[in-house]
Parts: sequence; structure tokens; C-alpha cells
Amino acid sequence: MSKISIKEPSVVIREKRLGTINAFTGTASQIVEKSAKGELKDCKRKFSQCLGCNQQQAFCQLAMIRDAAVINHAPIGCAGEFADFNFTYRVEQARRGLPSQLGRYFCTNLLEKDTVFGASRKLEETIRLAYDRVHPNAIFVTTSCASGIIGEDIEAVVDAASEELGIPVVTCNCEGFRSKIWTTGFDAAYHTVLRGIVKPSEKKSNKINIINFWGSHVFDDVIRRFGYEPRYVIPFSTVEELSHISDAAASIHICPSLSTYMGAGLNQLHGVPEVLVPPAYGVAGTDRWLRAFGKLVGKEELAEEIIREGHEKYVPEIEKLKERFKGKKAYVTAGAAHGQALITLLGELGMDVVGAAVFHHDPVYDSGDDKLDILGQAVKNYGDVPDYRVCNKQACELVNALNRIRPDLILARHGGMTLWGAKFGIPSLLIGDEQFGIGYKGALNYARRIDDTLDSIEFIKNYSKHASNPYTKWWLEQDPGYFQGDGSGRGCAAGNGGF
Amino acid sequence: MSGAIEQPRFTCALGSCQSVVAIKKGVPILHSGPGCGVQISRIIGQGEGYAGGSTMPCTNAEESDVVFGGEKKLRDVVENSFKVIDGDLYVVITGCTAAITGDDVAAVVGEFQEEDKPIVYVEEGGFKSNNYVSHSRLVKAIIDQYVDKFSEDREVIPGLVNVFANIPYQDPFWNGNLEQLKRVLTGIGLKVNILFGNESEGVSEWKTIPQAEFNIFAGSWAGLDIVKHLKRKYGTPYLHFPYTPIGAKETSAFLRAVGEFGGLDKEKVETYIDREEKKFYSHIDKMASFMLEFRYGIPRRFYTLADASTALGFSKFFLNELGIIPGIQFIVDDIPEKYQESVLEEFSKISDLQTRDVKVVFDPDAGLDQQKLLEDAKDYEDKRLLILGSSWDKHIADELHADLLIVSVPVQHRLVMNCGYAGYEGGLRAIEDIYDRVLATYR
Repeated sequence: MSKISIKEPSVVIREKRLGTINAFTGTASQIVEKSAKGELKDCKRKFSQCLGCNQQQAFCQLAMIRDAAVINHAPIGCAGEFADFNFTYRVEQARRGLPSQLGRYFCTNLLEKDTVFGASRKLEETIRLAYDRVHPNAIFVTTSCASGIIGEDIEAVVDAASEELGIPVVTCNCEGFRSKIWTTGFDAAYHTVLRGIVKPSEKKSNKINIINFWGSHVFDDVIRRFGYEPRYVIPFSTVEELSHISDAAASIHICPSLSTYMGAGLNQLHGVPEVLVPPAYGVAGTDRWLRAFGKLVGKEELAEEIIREGHEKYVPEIEKLKERFKGKKAYVTAGAAHGQALITLLGELGMDVVGAAVFHHDPVYDSGDDKLDILGQAVKNYGDVPDYRVCNKQACELVNALNRIRPDLILARHGGMTLWGAKFGIPSLLIGDEQFGIGYKGALNYARRIDDTLDSIEFIKNYSKHASNPYTKWWLEQDPGYFQGDGSGRGCAAGNGGF
Repeated sequence: MSGAIEQPRFTCALGSCQSVVAIKKGVPILHSGPGCGVQISRIIGQGEGYAGGSTMPCTNAEESDVVFGGEKKLRDVVENSFKVIDGDLYVVITGCTAAITGDDVAAVVGEFQEEDKPIVYVEEGGFKSNNYVSHSRLVKAIIDQYVDKFSEDREVIPGLVNVFANIPYQDPFWNGNLEQLKRVLTGIGLKVNILFGNESEGVSEWKTIPQAEFNIFAGSWAGLDIVKHLKRKYGTPYLHFPYTPIGAKETSAFLRAVGEFGGLDKEKVETYIDREEKKFYSHIDKMASFMLEFRYGIPRRFYTLADASTALGFSKFFLNELGIIPGIQFIVDDIPEKYQESVLEEFSKISDLQTRDVKVVFDPDAGLDQQKLLEDAKDYEDKRLLILGSSWDKHIADELHADLLIVSVPVQHRLVMNCGYAGYEGGLRAIEDIYDRVLATYR
């Protein structure tokens, strides 16, 4: 179990905390087994493509707190995401019936002279400017490669500002180079909130923390039926609401790649128990999740009732659609835990998951046990995935694998990857809302969308005839894992322990 | 300006990687942190292109590279980029990490240049400048390290011009605008190296850059360094037309300026202008009844939050071709002080008939610009307003019940393929787009 300490301003990076890796070639059962034995090793690559960084993952969690402002202490390029998250923020406000608001994000706009003469003053000024313009209830300061390397005492600046303004001004150390695992950025944001916002609570409430992105509110009915109130964190919370999340009756994970640091933090620091089973994907997975939740809140009979109802209402149609998916080969590409959740869903729908390119792999989570292990459960319930690779979002590895495997369907979760299915004429589906697939209804949601996707092949087939392909013939003839490891072409990450 | 920025509308020096993506089979290689490519794509990368976005090779700097240097990693990634990605031109661009740790990128890339590989490097660092400025450094680097080396001929080809104008991807309509500029310049008899986008031949075109009879820079300031550099290097004279020409009046002025500068056959130029103007104004004439008689209100006053070239181009067009009066013009491209006077001068000449005092604000902190805009708009509650801006401005447009035409990045509320507003056809397209937005608001 990783010990969560909020004394230090920086979170301990995932590769150190969890032994996270970003390269593996093998089967799903192998990675499950090696994770359990602690045998997975880190691998470098001799060729790599643009990834994503801590800072973006941290920002996505901090940028939609409704009454906070975020300052990125960085050159202007690191603020490219501001507009993108503002778009999401506003679209999701509308879906939640919230008033229209702009995301209030500021960049200190570090220039060359600031890297030489120091940038603390600039940060001080930006904090004041943000305060004057927005009057937020908290200000978060995210760091960048540039501000990290200059290495000034940002803590001193924010502490002084906090004192001066009378609101929490908190740093989030998330320099892009800090961790090779971009999801460390989530942990950095949670660390920041645990450290600077969350207060101890005197008494417990009937609230359940759902630690999520900005997905649909699928938990409302079920949580209320158990007699509790759902509380979705962090996006769309207020600073005040966040300060009380320590009073929850429990925390729920929708994606362990996202949230186990927050779950463990609230557990260790404030005694909030976690629902420690894989998220409710697929019929079997939803049964298991409901039983676990029912047990935690002491309402096991009610859980059985909800399970019965769910089966009656949704399973017949799922079964009907499953008939149409028989014998279809599917491929998954997504972040770690969500990719594994998609494997679960596809297995549930009777498809043959022939391969997966997931972005990283956490051998354990912050709870320290394997209770959240989605992949282990998926392998047990639906069988092995013969080509399971950890690809670190390297499009070249995905393209290469797809070219060999040529599945009937691709399920993706990130931009820049889905399009490769279409280029090869393979129906591809990207669903951004993690909660879309949760529960019995979620399984049906996916079944319907997959059915639509398999049906709508005209565009894909036509486009694939005209699509450009920047990859060389040479590359497509190598093994997809060629660059994992020493670049000898032998893919030293095979089975991630060498040959 | 060097202060904090709310609502950025450009990116850092590394953003010039998108200019590489805009060259046919150009492959940018980032020697940078892992998130840089995504950050750039998010603000100026609608659509991946050939080898942009997630395809772009990158060294993805990690802690050990920052401590021990990343030269070896760069060498590996460059070597394998040639093997994996099929490109005509590879450009290594360095980010903050490599700039601060001081990797010797020249030496690493130099090894490949010695083998005559088509590769160029630009030492940037995100903090060095914004992408308006770095675009020029990138183009100069390609000229100095690639064109100069691989072009065989130096003999001037009569009528050949290099055109430098809208910055790829920073101008969301770059492709369409460049197509339109090429179309009209070809119309007056020139052979045009447009260099970026669909209408370019790619690197073979770049190799004829030294053979141009003259160069054209159509824009306010970002890119001027390129034509100055070419004058020094190859002695090629250049014409500076200080904004994007939109619609008939300005495009004709642009073509006349080019014709005069290049000593083109005046009759040929005028014949082309006459033909294009007739077409353009026949449409205006056809629609004049709508523009003058529509009962329910069309915009009467516009604000702009855009770069200098766009703001000037649209202001001249709106005033003279549509009768929409310019309100405050917010120039958000962080234009260096030395160029600001020339922009004010152009705005002062916006009307041929009277002196117009157009208020211009130079400030990339668009959060503050918006505050000023909202304040000013209070005096014009009787008028339907038009905002020329970016997706950042959707909320103030909603608040003011103003029409919004997105002409600047970030672009999230429209999709751009070959739309361009430059030239005669671009002017008509602009009119269609504005009234499309206006009319769509009615029940």
C-alpha cells in the first residue's frame, strides 16, 4: 500500500509509488500474472511519438472547479489546453443545467528572460491579477517543465499569496518531465486538493464521493435507492464542497487509473472507505459491484433486488444484440483501466477481443491490493486477450498491430488513435464519457452503439481507399513492439521480462 | 507585452511544428517534453494532417534527460524517424527542456545533414517567443539548411514569385487563404510558389525559392523577416502588402501593387481585375436588396479580437464592402512595438472618403480585452453587434446577443477545410458566412 503523505508539496510519481510501466508485449494473462508477482520492468523506446503530460491530466481535474481559478506557471505553449478544457467545461455546464460560465485560466507567459532572471515576481503578479479579475475561492498554480527547471521557491510565493488574499492558493507540481506516466498528473491534482482544500470533518454525511472526470450522472438513482447522496468530484464541485469530501460515507472509483490516489488519500487521512471492486462494467461486473456496495452499506438484500431488476430490464435486449456480434473480432485502445473496462464490456457482449493497445499499466493501485484489478477479472470471466500491449500511446505501435490483426471493430478512448481504424477500413468507435458504459444500461448502451458502428461501414470503406499513410513499408513489416526496449528489434518488452 | 495572459490565442515557439505539417510530406520531430505536441494541437491543430498530432515523433523528455542531457535520445529518435515515417523533409524543433539543459542539437542533426539527409533543426525553447515569431525562424532554417543545399539552380525564373502570408494553422483559414492568393496571382500571369498546403508542390517547390524574380509578403509583420532574409541571401526584392486582402477592393489593390512592383503588363493585370470585379460585384448587386432592406436587423458595428493581418483585412472589407463600422480592434498577436505604428497608420487609411478614428488596442491578454469590449458595447445597445474572434468569445457574444464569426484560433465552434476569406471568392464566402450566422438566429 502506498502511504499518502500530504506534508510534501509534490506527489510521489506513479512509477515509484505503483511500479507503473509503459511498455509491454504479451498476453493479458501474462501481464496479470507478472503484476501479481511484481515482475514487470520499465522499458525505454528508441523511437517515440508525442505523448501527453502530467500537466494536462492535472489541469483537467482542476480546471472545472466552479469557483476556482487556475494559473499555469509556464510559457504560453503550455496553455494550449485552456481553450479545449473551457469548451468541455461549458458543454458539460449546459448538460448539468448550470449557468454559463467561462473557465478562468491564466498563464504566467514565461519568457527567456524569466528563465534567466527568475519568474517568482511574475507568478506573484499573476496570482494578484487572477484574484482581481475573478475573485475566486481558491487559486491553483500548476507547474511546467520550464518553471520546474528554473527551480524557484514556488511554495513561498503561494503561501504568501494565500495569506495576503485569504483564500487557498495551492501549487500542483506537475512538470511534464517529472513522470513518464502522464496519469501521475491526476495524482498531482488530487494531492493538491487533499493538501490544500480538503478539511477534516467532525461528522460523517450520507454522501458518496464518485471520483470521476465529467461523465454522465449514472449513479444518481442507484445511490439514492441505497439511501445515500451521490457527490461527483472533482470537476463541477465548488471549493466549499471539496473541503467537505472527507465526510463521505464511501468513495467510488469509475476508473482506477484516474482515482486511486484520491480514494486512498481520503481513506488514510480521513477514514473514508472505498468500494474496492472493479467498476461496474458488464452484467457480471455490475452484479459484483452492486453486491460489494450493498455489503459496504449493509444493504445486501437491496443489492440483490436491484440486480434482479437490472437483469429483467436490460439483459434480454443485450442477449439479442449479442447474437449479432458472434464471431466478431474486436480491438481496444485506451488508457489503462478504461481500456480494461472496454475489454470487459466487449467480452460481456460476446465479442472476441483479439488485441489491445493500452497506454500504461499499474501493477497495483494505491489501495495496495488487487481488488480493483479489472483485467484480472476480465481474463477470468471472458478469457485471455492474445495480443495485449502497453503502447504508451505510441500510434506507430497501434497502426502496426492493426495492420496485422485487422479486427472487425476498434474501440478507442483517445483522439489520434481512433482514426487509424478508419484508415484501414475498420469500423471504429470513440466514446468519451466513461460512465456511458457503466451498469446494466451501460452494457446495453455499448451494445447499441457497437451495432450502429458495425452497420455504418460505407464511409469507412470509402475513406480507407483514399486515406494517407505516413508509415513506411519497413515499419509495417517489423513487430509492433520493435522499439520497446533496446531497439534491437527483438522487443525486449515481450512478456516484459525478456525472452 | 510580457505579462500574464488569460485566453491565449497563439502558442509558443514550438508551434512552428504546424508549419512543417503544412508542407507536403513534412515531418516535425520535437525534442521536447512529452506534452508539448498535444498542447499545440489543442489550440492550433484542428485535424492531424499527414504527420502531425499523435504521429509527430518526439523525444518525450523525462527527468534523466533534464539531468544528463537528451542528445543520445534525440539521435535515436531522428535515426528511427527516417525509418518509420515516410517524409520528404524532417525538421527537429527543440522545446524548453532541451533549451535549458543546452543539448547540442546542431551537432546531432549535423551528423545526419552530413549524410545529406533532408533534415533541418531549429533551436527554440517554448519560452523564446510565440509561434508568430518562430514561424519565420523555421522558414529561414529550412531555406538555409535545406533549400540552399539541395537546390541546384540559382538562375532567376521570370514571373516566379514566392508568397509568404498567413501562418499555417495559426490562421485557421491558412490553406484556403493561400489557395485564393495563388489563384489571383496566377490570374495576373505569375508563377506562384505558395509553399504550404494543397496548392503547393511540396519540397520541389521550396527548392526553387532562390530562383524567384521577387517575393511577396502579404501580412502585417509576422513573416516579414523571411523576405528580408531572402533579400540578403539571394538578393531577391520583396513587396510588403501589410494585411490579408479580403474582397474585391482590397484584392484589386493587392494585385495592382504586385503588378506595379513586378513590372507586369498593366493591361493584363487590369483585364483580370476587371473580370474578377465584375463577377464579385454582380453577386453584391444581386444581394444589395437584402443587405439594404432586411427588416430584422443585421450587424452595424463590429469588434475584432485577432492578429493584425486579419483585423486590418476584415476592417477594410467590412467598412467598404458591407457598411459595417469598426468598433475597437483588439490586436492579440503580441505584435512587437516597432510594428505597431504601421498598423495604426493602415487603420487611419481605412476609408478613402473620410478620416476615421478606429480605436486599436494591442494586448494579447484577451481576458482584459473582453472586459474593455463589454464596457464599450454598453454605448451601442441600439446596434446589432458582430464579433470577429475565436471560440473564446462565444460567451461574450451570447451575453451581448452579438453575432460571432470565428476567424481566429482557438476554433471549436466550426470546422474549417478549404474555406478561405482572402481574394475575391474569399470575400464572397465571408459575406455568406456572416449572414449565415445572422439569419440562423431568427426563429
